[in-house]
Amino acid sequence: MASVMGISAAAAAENAFTLTIKDHRFEPAELRVPANQPATLTVKNLDATPEEFESKSLRIEKVIPGNSEATFTLRPLKAGRYKFEGEFHDNTAKGEVIAE
Amino acid sequence: MLGALIIVFREAIEAGLIIGIVLAVTRGVAGSRGFVAAGVGVGALGAIVVAAFADRLSQAFAGSGQELFNASILAIAVVMLVWHNIWMAQHGRELAQNLSDVGRAVARGDETLFALTAVVGLAVLREGAEVALFLYGILASGESGWDVFAGGLAGLALGALTSVATFYGLVAIPPRRLFAVTTWLITLLAAGLAAQCVAFLQQAGFVTALSDTAWDSSWILSDKSIVGRVLHTLIGYADQPSAMQVAVYLATLVVIVAATKFFAARPPSASVGAPAE
Repeated sequence: MASVMGISAAAAAENAFTLTIKDHRFEPAELRVPANQPATLTVKNLDATPEEFESKSLRIEKVIPGNSEATFTLRPLKAGRYKFEGEFHDNTAKGEVIAE
Repeated sequence: MLGALIIVFREAIEAGLIIGIVLAVTRGVAGSRGFVAAGVGVGALGAIVVAAFADRLSQAFAGSGQELFNASILAIAVVMLVWHNIWMAQHGRELAQNLSDVGRAVARGDETLFALTAVVGLAVLREGAEVALFLYGILASGESGWDVFAGGLAGLALGALTSVATFYGLVAIPPRRLFAVTTWLITLLAAGLAAQCVAFLQQAGFVTALSDTAWDSSWILSDKSIVGRVLHTLIGYADQPSAMQVAVYLATLVVIVAATKFFAARPPSASVGAPAE
């Protein structure tokens, strides 16, 4: 299995973004990030219920317990729109990362 | 209630399919039902423990604990399935005769029964942890209470029904063919799990090569739909896999088929010291 250990944390730290989950909605629902650069994304779940933050195109799938947060490393994204959703409340918890 | 039912059912499908396949593979083996039940029980218990410590697990390994945990579970399951297939290949001649021979042959190989039980336990553990966390969170917050909890239990029941349907679907296949069918099912299942394992390692940032999306077939069949989920488990279907996932999927297939052929070609005693891959 080919593996390159860890994306440089320093490079990613320059592009740090935060999303919050409140009342089963994302804030902001549209997040703009620079294209072709690694970045980190912290998702804070302010609800008491757990949420599964999921995005096929960002390749993220993770349960975030209530009142806690998770940080993800985003691979350098080509310009475009990347949808994400909260799988446990997918009728309200929707959003997009826009790489530009 | 319907929402909770669907969420829990979606999580339970994968474990349900795997339990059904294992039940079919070990049919006729004395005590196999007990082994499978034990796998489900231990998996469910483990799921509750994992859900209780989800917060701490999540924070472990610089926030990648959950991913590494999932990747480890999947990797162990793949190894168990490969082991099972190789073992079955070694005993292919006795198995080719009839189903009661399959029973006796598998009964002699306690290891492979244990391996399949472990696969069942790991599947229940992984999917069950999410279900437990979801239901616990709803009850703890008092958000919508018992109605949602009842929906969750109904979802679990549907998951169990998936096991039953899979089992009866497979045992309807003539015994002579069943062996070949389940061997292929387990091979594809293992390749799919290996690709999922790599997806978690990519998410954790441990694997960064070939991270671009190989194709997007979500407009034909979303792997979030019920049919998509079933195919996801059975053959590893993904609607937007990364190039690395595709590479690992194909590599796993090649390795299992080659290893199965290699071990099937000679008696078990001659296979000692064979290259382990």
